[in-house]
Amino acid sequence: MSWIIGALLFWAAMWLLNVQLSKRPQTRALSLLVPLIFGVTLLVLWEGMVRGFQISPILLPPPSAISVRFANSLPILWVDFVQTFVKGAMSGYIIGCGSAFLMAIAVNRSPFLQRGLLPVGNFVAALPIVGMAPILVMWFGFDWQSKAAVVVVMVFFPMLVNTVEGLKASDHMQRDLMQTYGASYWQGLMKLSLPAAMPFIFNGLKICSTLALIGAIVAEFFGSPIKGMGFRISTEVGRLSLDMVWAEITVAALAGSAFYGVVALIEKRVTFWHPSQRG
Amino acid sequence: MRSFAPVLTVVGAIMVIWYGAAVALNSSWAYDKAKRADVTLSFSEMVADTMAQKKPLLPAPHQVVAEIYKTTVLKKITSKRSLIWHGWVTLSATLLGFAMGTGFGILLAVGIVHSRAMDMSVMPWVITSQTIPILAVAPMIIVVLNAVGISGLLPKAFISMYLSFFPVVVGMVKGLRSPDAMQMDQMRTWSATQSTMLWKLRLPSSMPYLFPSLKIAMAASLVGAIVGELPTGAVAGLGARLLAGSYYGQTIQIWSALISAAVLAATLVALIGLIQNITLKRMGMLR
Amino acid sequence: MSKEVIIETKGLDLTFETNDGPVHALKDINLTVEKGDFISFIGPSGCGKTTLLRVIADLETPTGGTVSVNGVSAHEARMARAYGYVFQAAGLYPWRTIGGNIKLPLEIMGYSKDGQEERVSKVLELVELAGFEQKFPWQLSGGMQQRASIARALAFDADILLMDEPFGALDEIVRDHLNEQLLALWARTHKTICFVTHSIPEAVFLSTKIVVMSPRPGRIADVIESTLPKERPLEIRDSKEFIEIAHRVRDGLIEGHSNG
Repeated sequence: MSWIIGALLFWAAMWLLNVQLSKRPQTRALSLLVPLIFGVTLLVLWEGMVRGFQISPILLPPPSAISVRFANSLPILWVDFVQTFVKGAMSGYIIGCGSAFLMAIAVNRSPFLQRGLLPVGNFVAALPIVGMAPILVMWFGFDWQSKAAVVVVMVFFPMLVNTVEGLKASDHMQRDLMQTYGASYWQGLMKLSLPAAMPFIFNGLKICSTLALIGAIVAEFFGSPIKGMGFRISTEVGRLSLDMVWAEITVAALAGSAFYGVVALIEKRVTFWHPSQRG
Repeated sequence: MRSFAPVLTVVGAIMVIWYGAAVALNSSWAYDKAKRADVTLSFSEMVADTMAQKKPLLPAPHQVVAEIYKTTVLKKITSKRSLIWHGWVTLSATLLGFAMGTGFGILLAVGIVHSRAMDMSVMPWVITSQTIPILAVAPMIIVVLNAVGISGLLPKAFISMYLSFFPVVVGMVKGLRSPDAMQMDQMRTWSATQSTMLWKLRLPSSMPYLFPSLKIAMAASLVGAIVGELPTGAVAGLGARLLAGSYYGQTIQIWSALISAAVLAATLVALIGLIQNITLKRMGMLR
Repeated sequence: MSKEVIIETKGLDLTFETNDGPVHALKDINLTVEKGDFISFIGPSGCGKTTLLRVIADLETPTGGTVSVNGVSAHEARMARAYGYVFQAAGLYPWRTIGGNIKLPLEIMGYSKDGQEERVSKVLELVELAGFEQKFPWQLSGGMQQRASIARALAFDADILLMDEPFGALDEIVRDHLNEQLLALWARTHKTICFVTHSIPEAVFLSTKIVVMSPRPGRIADVIESTLPKERPLEIRDSKEFIEIAHRVRDGLIEGHSNG
């Protein structure tokens, strides 16, 4: 009982603290501190509730148990991370986004193809593409190549749609200006269309960064060698050792957030000029 | 209408590529068979064979269409082999999850817009929550909930909800903040309360933002429901059909489940588009 | 003494096909611009003044008649980079610095690196923006952005400057200042300038020749030669001569309108 009350009191206290903090003039440190306090509060609440209600660790292990398990199985987690993230997700992400980008450049010269591809691409991007995973595992085998293939298929259309949309983003006047200089098609593309498309391209890259990890993990449910995050999750669930599953989820969460963060950081560098980045 | 011909061209091109790939991928099996039977295949015989295999690597489109026809029109809806029945199982979870996700998302957005503390503490985590590949751990959630006796619709709906609340939060926060300073000041000159402002100004002006988010949320919700069906021992739903198909190498069945899921997604999104058009027209926001 | 003809249009016609039927944007435009002229096109909206400028720049293709620029067709003139064009909005690329923006046409036209640097600092001085080379456009005021876009049009060796309501979006105080600067720049560089505006005082203050246009179909209603001296302080706008020319322009506009 004391665990529950303690956790709730902690929650209330931290919330009051956050309300006070958020009234202060906004600084960089503050906008990091406030969500951090909130996150810690959630963890404390989780720990308190699990202990207080004596929830079975098979259903929901407390954060403390998960972190112990995490620290004890670093080598396994690392092997899984390399197999799923580095080999599967990253190679698929690079191939998929790269080919979608080249495809978008290729159709950029034909408004006819653009008008045809956009609705079809938007349609395909909304489909449950993960469902292709069993087929691709059948085609490319159990190892990381099939996972990369799933990722390629998943990221291709979102990336294509965003890039095509972005290449159309430069306004009329700026294109007229290029004309008055007698600029060639490729000069116009390199100096105007591509830079103007960057915010859209990065939007696509960000969406794809989360899709890539999902694709690689889900594909492992349909067959994999005896390593990989998806493999580990499905086998450990079968053995009901949920703390290992949560440790693996932690890795996935960290990897996913870090990946997204890196893309967002590069975006900030490249599209510093865009109103949304100027703040 | 302007894009009708281009779309048709692109779809046509995809069909051509599909048929070409079907021939290319299935030909080795056709030759293998012929070798064992000690016959030589002419090119046209080989092509005909690649279109009519039982377990092809890649079924031709018309095989998939035939399978869908067989499992929808020719089967009773209550039959466990009816695709309509499986589709309904998936659809109900999708809709429940979508409704919960939308409701939760709108509530969260209203809170974020009205409380600075909530904005600063919750918003970063809402964004972080989406970088976590929850879809990948969805099967685990299902299995664990099953272990404690919660099964059926609800676990799948929870996954759908988790996937669908995010676009709604982001869209609605933007939408609820879309009234400009002049419109807000106008409300203040009438000494309107926060709730009047919400109902009379913020919510109506958020409508153009809400519907695009709903479309994304619906698509995500369907994906969630399908993935949620993967580990339940392949009983019911489009996801179960996918998994069963992959166990037994029934590629035609996999593709027919995939295509049905695609049609379902398209229909649901189009439905929201229709509601969007009617609503915005009534509110005078559509030109 | 006859001067060199820079721009000449003969029987120019342009009809746009729109969803509401054809729109006759330009009808039978005959115009001669001589070297060193400062020509203003003035008229109500829809009179085709911007369209005429775009035809000269080869951004629109006429449906009838001929345009020659520097003795060749408008298309050849564009490919030979015969003119600089200033749009209504500055249209600077937000991802390039002011210096980078001015370098843009130079990069496209293949100037050497050293030549680029030299020209950038030269034109920035011309528009009184020296020292702002490393700033980004969105860090500058609207008037400064427009000056930078003029510098961009001046950066390469084009003798013609086409300006489409370049100061239309600016407030009057900034506008007066830029008008003065533009005159000084014109006097120093001896360029031929075509200038679209809808402000009578602006047209009279700047031009050697004012082309009054009227709408539906867009056509030339009157061409007024200015008798003002080349040297024009702002106070000239209170002189009797200035007011007389302004009156003639206004009369031309009213007449064109009642006939339309």
